[in-house]
Amino acid sequence: MQTKEFDVIVIGGGNAALCAAISAKEENKNLKVAILESSPKEWRGGNSQHTRNLRSMHDAPTDVLTDAYSEDEFFDDVFKVTKGQTNEEYARFVISHTPQAVEFAKKHGVRFQPSMRGTLHLGRTNAFFLGGGKSLVNAYFTTAKKLGIEIFYEFEALDLIFEADACKEALVLDKKNNQEVKFRAKVFIIASGGFESNLEWLEEAWGEKARNFIIRGTKFNQGKMLKALQKNKAQIIGDPTQGHMVAIDARTPKYDGGIASRVDCVSLGIVVNKDAQRFYDEGEDFWPKRYAIWGRLVANQEEQIAYSITDSKVQSCYMPSLFPPIVTNSIEELAQKMKLDEKKLKQTIDEYNQSVVAGQFNHTIQDNCFTKGLKIEKTHWALKIDTPPFYCYPLRPGVTFTYMGVKVDKTARVYKDDGSLFENLFAAGEIMAGNILTQGYVAGFGMSIGTVFGRLAGENAVKVMKGLK
Amino acid sequence: MKITRIYEDAMKSCVICNSCRYCEGLCAVFPAMEKKRVFNLQDMDYLANLCHNCSECFYDCQYAPPHEFNVSIPAQFAALRQQSYKKYAFPNFLSFIFEKNAFISALLLVVLFFAGFYLAFAGKNSQSGDFFDIMPYTYMTSLFSIVGILVLIALIVGIVKYAKAIELKNVSFSAFIQTLKDALSLKYLGGHKNEGCTYPNETRSNVRKIFHHLTAYGFIFCFIATSLGAFYHHFLHIYAPYDLTQFPKLFGFIGGIFLCIGTLGLLILKLKADKKLIDKESVGMDYVFILMLFIVSFTGLLLMFFRESEYLAALLWLHLSCILTFFILLPYSKFVHMFYRFTALLKYNTEEEQH
Ligand SMILES: Cc1cc2nc3c(=O)[nH]c(=O)nc-3n(C[C@H](O)[C@H](O)[C@H](O)COP(=O)(O)OP(=O)(O)OC[C@H]3O[C@@H](n4cnc5c(N)ncnc54)[C@H](O)[C@@H]3O)c2cc1C
Ligand code: HEM
Ligand code: SF4
Ligand code: SF4
Repeated sequence: MQTKEFDVIVIGGGNAALCAAISAKEENKNLKVAILESSPKEWRGGNSQHTRNLRSMHDAPTDVLTDAYSEDEFFDDVFKVTKGQTNEEYARFVISHTPQAVEFAKKHGVRFQPSMRGTLHLGRTNAFFLGGGKSLVNAYFTTAKKLGIEIFYEFEALDLIFEADACKEALVLDKKNNQEVKFRAKVFIIASGGFESNLEWLEEAWGEKARNFIIRGTKFNQGKMLKALQKNKAQIIGDPTQGHMVAIDARTPKYDGGIASRVDCVSLGIVVNKDAQRFYDEGEDFWPKRYAIWGRLVANQEEQIAYSITDSKVQSCYMPSLFPPIVTNSIEELAQKMKLDEKKLKQTIDEYNQSVVAGQFNHTIQDNCFTKGLKIEKTHWALKIDTPPFYCYPLRPGVTFTYMGVKVDKTARVYKDDGSLFENLFAAGEIMAGNILTQGYVAGFGMSIGTVFGRLAGENAVKVMKGLK
Repeated sequence: MKITRIYEDAMKSCVICNSCRYCEGLCAVFPAMEKKRVFNLQDMDYLANLCHNCSECFYDCQYAPPHEFNVSIPAQFAALRQQSYKKYAFPNFLSFIFEKNAFISALLLVVLFFAGFYLAFAGKNSQSGDFFDIMPYTYMTSLFSIVGILVLIALIVGIVKYAKAIELKNVSFSAFIQTLKDALSLKYLGGHKNEGCTYPNETRSNVRKIFHHLTAYGFIFCFIATSLGAFYHHFLHIYAPYDLTQFPKLFGFIGGIFLCIGTLGLLILKLKADKKLIDKESVGMDYVFILMLFIVSFTGLLLMFFRESEYLAALLWLHLSCILTFFILLPYSKFVHMFYRFTALLKYNTEEEQH
């Protein structure tokens, strides 16, 4: 078997991996650094290629962020969405490093949108990548190449080989030639994302339901490194069923549907399941805030499918979507097209319509349109569904990422299950995001965690290396 | 039926972009798209001509091929642009002749004109380098005036048809000035903050913009030179040949050099360009246009250098044949891109202002 020797090996090719490799190389230019990316070049960048922004605190307006967003406010947002299930010390640690993350990105060629314009912009809390995550990933790959980092595409790490507390080599599959290669190095950084693309593993965790899940991101996050770490007694944290899951258009391809597959009208209409019954308050809160809970809601319905139904009154209140809505002129026709029971659907909608209390509809505030007298009330934006044509989007759970990962310290070094640290093993990004989040998600935090811990992993790996024999 | 296919593909991409919006800050196309929920053919003709083919959004696109969504704005819009040139051209049937084979038609025209001149003026030459010894003044001016006026009419009708189709209206003076600036500076061919765009490949650079500037300004200089020549002749009664210190010659000389360098540069870039950014169908028309510009300017320079030689007559016929051919091609070639683009930018700036 062929053997390759490096000083630093980074496993993965997304944001965290690239930040780690670049930081390591900049810490010491003479080191031989390699990136192993499982995907072909055209698909490089993992889930990071699908991202839009990263969240950053700031005390004053910057060229890419408006107003101010303090550490406390940022932390409060994290606290709220995770219902307190966050590690405050680690969360604050990441948050306080986010301003440097933005600077690091800019310095290495990532471009951000100016803070003023746009329909989507949260502007204040999140800095938006100009051209999206793929452009970020491209910029980092260009920088990495310029710095002399060796990039191996279609090289998938299969296993890690340890001696005592140190990782000695990675067993890697060269997919183009279908042969195994040994990669030896002084330090290893694992930044290979979660295991959300591994359908079997999802099924182990979720049962048969998982067969109907759609993976929003890359197909290359197969979790092989997480398995290897598990096997080699790294400390695993988190629950395999926890992760970020949203409701997306059921017609989305199995992988890489990305952002465009979102359905934006849930809070404006009603959502029914296979049995033509409503199952949750669609008007509980604004859609971006509720976005993340609907994935799990749909996952727990029969056949993991649901239907979001609106009528023509609210057409202009939501973002256009990738797939055209299914449009019909009557509820019966809609039921036929969706293969729902006509009578039941009619009954559900009639009951709903009769319970709507007239109010002043305003989709930009939590308005006073609600229902009264239903088993499951709709608490805002409740309008009668009575003006054809009717619009329908079928929904399925879309997995964004998983939280189960490895425990790390604040230098990104990986813990063993006995509480001690591996000598030369680091982790960054999604694979250790569970140190900070255990459920729920605030938009843009994934890239923040990956950038902050990626940089730490790179720098500390080089520092630790000096002390090793 | 191919036309609808091209439009369908591009529309599909626009729908995806519109729900993705990651490229929002790259150029004018994306904010313009966001104003729509559904796209009709006219919208597509507008958006396509607003696109500068800088290719940034291609490399940034998470849905670019090999992704099955197959979003490839630069190539898809290039195809639409060519369709739009054809669609609004006047008289329409002529554009189909040139579309069939622009290269052969152009070559044929040059040869025909040259043969015509040869038959009419064979044996004439000039020691002093005076063109009118070879081709009489009235002949030359009336020929070019007639062709020129016909071409101008064809161009104007085409542009008006296009402007109507994309619903350009309520233009203000300030929007017009803004558009003039954007067009003259090629704002959207410089990438974000003028850092250069990803053409001819992924590495960012401003070379295309520089070569285009040389081409466009070279062309404008030559146009000024010709107008000045006419002005000198008719009003100042100063007759050709001029020497390098006189404006007609100065503009013509500099313009010619700019054009030669610029078109050669664009040609080389085009040959080197990432094939994924280029629409195979429209690329032929691009080449013919670049080549015609090059040949016109190159034969012009030749004529200047060999003015006092025995080749003068032949060179004059050649240059004039090329110019005539170029004139006739104008309304049906990529030449119209500047007007369509200008009109599209004007609509964009007008709408932004009212926004
Ligand atoms: C559609 C979508 C939109 C999102 N939007 C945002 C957003 O706007 N903001 C935000 O902060 N977060 C967002 N996220 C979450 C974000 O993508 C992740 O938090 C982040 O990308 C994690 O980065 P990473 O580097 O750890 O993993 P990834 O970017 O997924 O990279 C993992 C890399 O490892 C490679 N790899 C995997 N296994 C192996 C192996 N065995 N050997 C070699 N290589 C391997 C993969 O090919 C990939 O390149 C989004 C996610 C999705 C799916
Ligand atoms: C309103 C002013 C103009 C604008 C906004 C403009 C814009 C552009 C743009 C964006 C391109 C590249 C995209 C494409 O190939 O379609 C282009 C190509 C080109 N332009 Fe212009 N242009 C203008 C005027 C001119 C003028 C005056 C000339 C010279 C007569 C010219 C000659 C060319 C040539 C030869 C190309 C082809 C380059 C190639 O195919 O790579 N343009 N123009
Ligand atoms: S070009 Fe691609 S990344 Fe850019 S907006 Fe369109 S779909 Fe999104
Ligand atoms: S190719 Fe350039 S100019 Fe055209 S739409 Fe894309 S970013 Fe805009």
